[in-house]
Amino acid sequence: MSTLVLPILVPLATAAVLMLAAKRPGPQRWIAMTGTVLQLASAIAIFVRVNGSGVQVLQISAWPAPFGITLVADLLAAILVVAVGVVGTAIAAVAFSGVDPRREAFGYHPLVQILLMGVAGAFLTGDFFNLYVWFEVMLVASFVLMALNRTRAQMEAAFKYVTINLIASSIFLTALGLLYGTTGTLNMAELARVWPTVATPGVHTVLAVLFLVAFSVKAGLFPLFFWLPASYHTPPAAIGAVFAGLLTKVGVYALIRVFTLLFHSGSPAVVALLLAMSSATMVIGLVAALTERDFRRVLAFNLVGHIGYTTASLSLLTPAALAGAIFYVLHHIVVITNLYLVSGVMLRLRRTTEVSGLGGLYRDQPLFAVLAMIPIFSLAGVPPLSGFLGKLAIVEGTFAAGAHWVGGLVLVVGLLTLLSMARVWSDSFWVPAGEAQDLASPGAPLLAAIAALSLVTVAMTVAAEPLFELASRGAHQLLQRDEYVRAVLGRPR
Amino acid sequence: MELLLALASGVLYAAGVYLMMRRRLVQLIIGLGLLSNGTNLLIFTAGGLTRARPPVLPEGAVALASPYADPVPQALVLTAIVIGFGLLAFSLVLAHRVHDTVGKDDVDVVGRDR
Repeated sequence: MSTLVLPILVPLATAAVLMLAAKRPGPQRWIAMTGTVLQLASAIAIFVRVNGSGVQVLQISAWPAPFGITLVADLLAAILVVAVGVVGTAIAAVAFSGVDPRREAFGYHPLVQILLMGVAGAFLTGDFFNLYVWFEVMLVASFVLMALNRTRAQMEAAFKYVTINLIASSIFLTALGLLYGTTGTLNMAELARVWPTVATPGVHTVLAVLFLVAFSVKAGLFPLFFWLPASYHTPPAAIGAVFAGLLTKVGVYALIRVFTLLFHSGSPAVVALLLAMSSATMVIGLVAALTERDFRRVLAFNLVGHIGYTTASLSLLTPAALAGAIFYVLHHIVVITNLYLVSGVMLRLRRTTEVSGLGGLYRDQPLFAVLAMIPIFSLAGVPPLSGFLGKLAIVEGTFAAGAHWVGGLVLVVGLLTLLSMARVWSDSFWVPAGEAQDLASPGAPLLAAIAALSLVTVAMTVAAEPLFELASRGAHQLLQRDEYVRAVLGRPR
Repeated sequence: MELLLALASGVLYAAGVYLMMRRRLVQLIIGLGLLSNGTNLLIFTAGGLTRARPPVLPEGAVALASPYADPVPQALVLTAIVIGFGLLAFSLVLAHRVHDTVGKDDVDVVGRDR
């Protein structure tokens, strides 16, 4: 099914066209918007096909698997590519209310497109080496987006970010070399087929740990997350929103992929390690969030903490828990992207996201306050919003898997999240403003993007039942593996 | 031969990690470069070494006769070299700009938070 290549080709073509219109911000914004809308449309088309008739496969240049590069869309990949389209469209819309001129002149729009291409490619590929290449595409685009400005804070953040990500890439590549040496293939479906026959316990553990470390850095799991809160608050809000919404999720996706395809059995110690790291991530992320007084730093730590939810559920490797993880990832992509955009409005209004400079926003900007309320309280897990339903699904999954303490931990951390978000709400919206004055209007396109993402959150709440059913089917597909392997290799196991 | 290459790869990893623990930006970047080269060597070695048997079909044959050099690790290494080269160039430019902005190439000074 050749539609599979569109979420990758469309942003590439858009980036090429954008380069032709360099230094003309007006047309560039429209081109970028068109590109992201087309990417979203192609993603939805793929999703409809996958939902209707099962796993879709494209063998590039008709090289049969496992010899060529394979693009595969199962339910998880298809839903995540739709999420990429949604985030991309929102970010393209935000650009209409102004981008930092220096960034816009030096290729902001094409870089965002390349980033979206890398993320979509990472979700769609069926080959581990290809996954590495998409990781690099995505990382280089994000490096440049982060380092495009020359302020001291941004250079420092960019340097930390680049270094830690390059080290993680080296570890990933090392794991790939050893994996190929052991199995003679890097095609995911072929690996799932041959892995049980060739893996010895030693190789199994070494590779599982290497993949765990490499992807935990990208996903931001304890103790490898410190680069994230140190860098995500420095770039402009729109860039922070793409990074927070999509980049860490690629790490989570890669963890889901390797643990459901290869390391689901055979090394319980590594799965236990993943669970321990995830639990520590939840607690430390949210406790750190409570100590911060800057909205964007609070968000960064919340982002880290909630990644722990999804990987903790993954480590239980039961259909119910994995379905909860998938639902939560989807909820979290939309909500955290939205919250970074909210921080963008705060920056515009008050030139700061420090709590001391905020306050009184509910009185001064009632419309913005109402729009911001939805993601803030959805992340906090207030019923009936999607965050509450996601947490409920995860808790039910953990209880069903017999891991009661994980469920308890999720509830405690949920309480901390509620506390952290309630404090944000009260400090920035309810308390009197002090001397702070609103500088400018936040810009209609930015508010429209926040409104649209809030609507998506509301829609995910209203349509939680079918969405959860979808997540359950996605989880079954991941844990059964047969359908995936058969679709790619074209013959029974 | 495998032993020699494995040792070389290990030495490159060790030197790379050692350099990354140093405080200067330039040493950190050289360390990253050594690390990526160690990885390339590892992929090449782990893929299996077969000398002087190129994977080329002789005239009239339909399949390769068994020991032959596996071309896949070479393709992987080639891709990894290109990507590593690009990233190294980028980090050098970034380090130069960090030096311009901060005025020092000491990681501790650059890394100081806020």
